[in-house]
Amino acid sequence: MCDTCGCSTEGGVVLRKPGETGYHLHIIESDHESLIHSHDEAHSHDHSHHHHHEESSGRKVLLEQDVLLKNNLLAERNRGFFEARNIFALNFLSSPGSGKTTLLEKIIPLILPHSPVAVIEGDQQTTNDAERIHALGVPVIQVNTGSGCHLDAMMINRAVKELELQNNSLLCIENVGNLVCPAMFDLGEALKVVVISVTEGDDKPLKYPNMFHEANLCILNKIDLLPYVDFDARKCRENALRVNHHLEWMEVSAKTGEGFDVWQQWIESKLKQR
Amino acid sequence: MHEMSIALSIIEAVEAKAREEGAERISGIDLVVGKLAGIQPESLRFCFSAAAKGSMAESALLQIEEPEGIGECMECGRKFPVSFYYAECPECRSLKIGIVSGEEFTIQTITIAEEGD
Ligand SMILES: Nc1nc2c(ncn2[C@@H]2O[C@H](COP(=O)(O)OP(=O)(O)OP(=O)(O)O)[C@@H](O)[C@H]2O)c(=O)[nH]1
Ligand SMILES: [Zn+2]
Ligand SMILES: [Zn+2]
Ligand SMILES: [Zn+2]
Repeated sequence: MCDTCGCSTEGGVVLRKPGETGYHLHIIESDHESLIHSHDEAHSHDHSHHHHHEESSGRKVLLEQDVLLKNNLLAERNRGFFEARNIFALNFLSSPGSGKTTLLEKIIPLILPHSPVAVIEGDQQTTNDAERIHALGVPVIQVNTGSGCHLDAMMINRAVKELELQNNSLLCIENVGNLVCPAMFDLGEALKVVVISVTEGDDKPLKYPNMFHEANLCILNKIDLLPYVDFDARKCRENALRVNHHLEWMEVSAKTGEGFDVWQQWIESKLKQR
Repeated sequence: MHEMSIALSIIEAVEAKAREEGAERISGIDLVVGKLAGIQPESLRFCFSAAAKGSMAESALLQIEEPEGIGECMECGRKFPVSFYYAECPECRSLKIGIVSGEEFTIQTITIAEEGD
């Protein structure tokens, strides 16, 4: 049962806004339904009879459809919306606690003089991250995925409709802390940023190659802790580049601000390029 | 676990197709899940049987073809099997490898149960 309105939606996706206690929006399955149908016309019909596998008898129908097609089509719609309004969207991915929210808290005030910023926060349960971003005075919406371990294009589509996005702005999407599933779901972002911290293993890129393979930029965070931990930053970078030789690499500390000038320049140059 | 939400989207997709075909029951689904697709076929099977309860695909037989990963060296053009995104070219030792197969993740066909077929 939803603890805000008491309705019977179980484990579903809920949108919430900090500072608006009454506000929340459930994303319900029927929305999913209506969207799949609108995308289904394009497939070819194949009424020929094949009987390859005797186990399942009947008429075989060809689909040849990408399993993630529905998500990918919706992601393209999001991307079109962002492009039309000149919104630069970054999707931040990491394992839990690597410092995504802290990085956003620290970089947003540096970007604000140059460009409006808005944030979509993904988390399974809490609105803690959104509260932290709300304190900066930028538009933010929390997507609680319930039992879901990643954001998908549908959630972004809905969240964007609830956010007052300005043209020519930066949209930061903090994905659910998880290095596996979020990599598979295109949200319509321009680029993916994977965040890793020095309190994790330097073999992370080899353990979760899909994530690093999909990312455009890798930020190594918490470098202020390097003297105290057994983490080889050079080895980690090498491992990451083995998985993805196009990956850009950056080393920062969200705590001390070290490396932020490089990161800020990176964002500003991307904002100019779009 | 993303296999669950993926199982649900497979069911949505096959049900939509079956409805389009005027069918009521799906007896088989053929998937292609490349070895580099980031999907565990075993957990997908497990989630599928749970997710399919009460759907048109409840008793459908899931066939999963798993193409091997194949990389192509971007320096010398050699093609060779890969099990991960990082690999070294056996010919020239280059690490610049493009993936040519193994990332597939598609629903190939569904089998529609028909009376007297
Ligand atoms: N020493 C140090 N601690 C940091 C740094 N960045 C973040 N932290 C700490 O790491 C912890 C987790 O940071 P968050 O920003 O909440 O991490 P997150 O990735 O947003 O976490 P989830 O949203 O739960 O996945 C907090 O206690 C931060 O204060 C850093 O650069 N150095
Ligand atoms: Zn966070
Ligand atoms: Zn998952
Ligand atoms: Zn070679």
